[in-house]
Amino acid sequence: MTPEELATIADKQKEKHASYEHIFNVCMESGCMSSRSDAVADALGKEVKDHGAGKKICVKRVGCLCSCAQGPMIAMSGCKETPGMYKGVTPEDAREMVGALGGKPVERLSMDARQPFFTKQQRVVREFAGTFDPEDLDDCIRVGAYSALLKALTQMTPTEVIQEVSTSGLRGRGGAGFPTGLKWSTVAKAVATQRYVVCNGDEGDPGAFMDRSVMEGDPHRVIEGMAIAGYAVGATKGYIYVRAEYPIAVKRLNKAINQANRWGLLGRNILGTGFSFDIELRLGAGAFVCGEETALLASIEGNRGVPRPRPPYPANYGLFGKPTLINNVETYANISPIINRGGAWYATIGTAKSKGTKIFALTGKVNNTGLIEVPMGMTLREIIFDIGGGIPDGKAFKAVQTGGPSGGCIPPDYLDLPVDYESLASVGSIMGSGGMIVMDETSNMVDVARFFMEFCMSESCGKCIPCRVGTYQMHEILRRLCDHEGTEADVVLLRELCDMVRATSLCGLGQSAPNPTLSTLKYFEKEYLELLAQSKAKNNGKSHNGRHLNVLGSEVRV
Amino acid sequence: MSAMPTTLPKPPTDDKRWRIVEATMRRQGYDTHALIEALHSAQQAFGFLDEPAMRYVAKSLNVALSKVYGVATFYHYFTLKPQGKHACVVCLGTACYIKGSGEILKKVSEKYHVKEGETTADGELSLVCARCIGACGLAPAAVLDGDVIAKSNPEQLIATIERKLAK
Repeated sequence: MTPEELATIADKQKEKHASYEHIFNVCMESGCMSSRSDAVADALGKEVKDHGAGKKICVKRVGCLCSCAQGPMIAMSGCKETPGMYKGVTPEDAREMVGALGGKPVERLSMDARQPFFTKQQRVVREFAGTFDPEDLDDCIRVGAYSALLKALTQMTPTEVIQEVSTSGLRGRGGAGFPTGLKWSTVAKAVATQRYVVCNGDEGDPGAFMDRSVMEGDPHRVIEGMAIAGYAVGATKGYIYVRAEYPIAVKRLNKAINQANRWGLLGRNILGTGFSFDIELRLGAGAFVCGEETALLASIEGNRGVPRPRPPYPANYGLFGKPTLINNVETYANISPIINRGGAWYATIGTAKSKGTKIFALTGKVNNTGLIEVPMGMTLREIIFDIGGGIPDGKAFKAVQTGGPSGGCIPPDYLDLPVDYESLASVGSIMGSGGMIVMDETSNMVDVARFFMEFCMSESCGKCIPCRVGTYQMHEILRRLCDHEGTEADVVLLRELCDMVRATSLCGLGQSAPNPTLSTLKYFEKEYLELLAQSKAKNNGKSHNGRHLNVLGSEVRV
Repeated sequence: MSAMPTTLPKPPTDDKRWRIVEATMRRQGYDTHALIEALHSAQQAFGFLDEPAMRYVAKSLNVALSKVYGVATFYHYFTLKPQGKHACVVCLGTACYIKGSGEILKKVSEKYHVKEGETTADGELSLVCARCIGACGLAPAAVLDGDVIAKSNPEQLIATIERKLAK
């Protein structure tokens, strides 16, 4: 394909799109698909065909429409349609919805698109999400897919691309927040004949599904971001490592890679510029530790996903021993807007140190669950109470958990905390990949700590002792506390273990495993004390004086 | 990079599904790096990885059987035991957990006398736990034979399983 052809397709598609009077944008992501949104789209398509209105009415299968708990979701658009949304639609509703076009929407299915849940969001990565079909490359090109790649390849040098990314202030969206521009320039400077670009799509945090949504809803944007990265750092080969647990994402990425290859947007001599870049998909196999970069590389190489000490960092010694750029899905998805609109524009969004927007998966005990994209620096209160609509059933807010098993629980006192990398770290949590789980007064925080410790314990790869044995011991203590068998000495030992595991583990999994426990110990100590009091009562007022040590599974009291 | 074996080993049986596994390895030039890909395709074809399958992959890619076994047991996604006729996956992700998926797992486990990760004695039902299926908006979620059951509760899920088993 040539640049001219790309422009022609975009123009033609725009014209075609503008000719539709009404467009049903039916959500086709895992959430809505599980409540049969594909059958809804089929029924709508049939209904439109029966009316012989295929030229005026379009049924589009689109990416995530945010409000995942209310699916299947439909957003209405088109030149004659007033924007509105439908929720909880069934195939049987198709006739009624088509009949209502041009008049009043079907009231029992309607959803207000002007509520804060939608209007308070600011979209950069998900700019066009829900308005185009991710499996139709023509439609993607209509909304600007590959225009940034074309701009980078034809109007910019690799150094200028890196400069633009540095100017934007973009930081890694995988959780740690390393400056992306710096990472790119390190890889570009590494001396080598072969370099690799890797996309980390191993979204292992329970309670997070942002990356899944980006991969399912806009796979071409991820591919484009990687190709631009490849051009910038001088790599010709990329790998996307994606969880096998996301079958729809795998299918759409595979399809997108094939389409891009066929159209000359990947492969040899992209858009006639002489730049070549290939992407291969690699499936993960269900190991949380593979989200750690060195473990991920080991897994791509066909080995057990075990991390190794750094340095050397993958930027110098990565995949197959070559300099490798590893970024998260969302990081790559931020690249095309940065190239198209400039790093300076991007830097106007967000806070002083955290630029841009961040996608969060807002879930748990909150009225509006779903996917939200907000500028960095928005407060937790705005996110949970304005966008999230508060806590259901009139219950009281107790905590919000960010960062999954590596993050912490943030109590109501910090609701006015701006959400950025530094602020979250200052209260003992982390940004993480973007899971945000709200808990109400009925949640037992010690049990939550135990839940995350069990997760870390079973996901520990076993290579380093602090993590392998430490998480086991911490889990044992938390289990005892929850089962009313704990003692004061247990809590003392728990704190010691938290410090030790955090300071001495090899990789991020172990270093951050104590976070949920530490943050609950700090902010919800009362609940630990209550459990201790209950244990005492259970043991007839006597407390165990001795300290339990658990040696190889057999209890010894000293 | 391992040298390509001069003669490629024969599949354990003449089952046509081995061709899929063979094709996966061939596409990767029988490189040792293709190990996980090969195991994925073997599991997809046969439902689980048994010893002959692991031996075949080990020989074809010229890697030690111990390494194949190590990789197959390291990743949760691979299973060395055949699965039941029906599979019930209960999501234990954070969002599902705080909305009560722990209770769902317990009730299903009690009802069918099967522990997580195991299959009932009659081979009808496997009970699996997932770390997070990414359907947090639908919490608590379960997956029964590939269909996501959103906002489930123990009674509803057991009733759905009963209907599946009765078929």
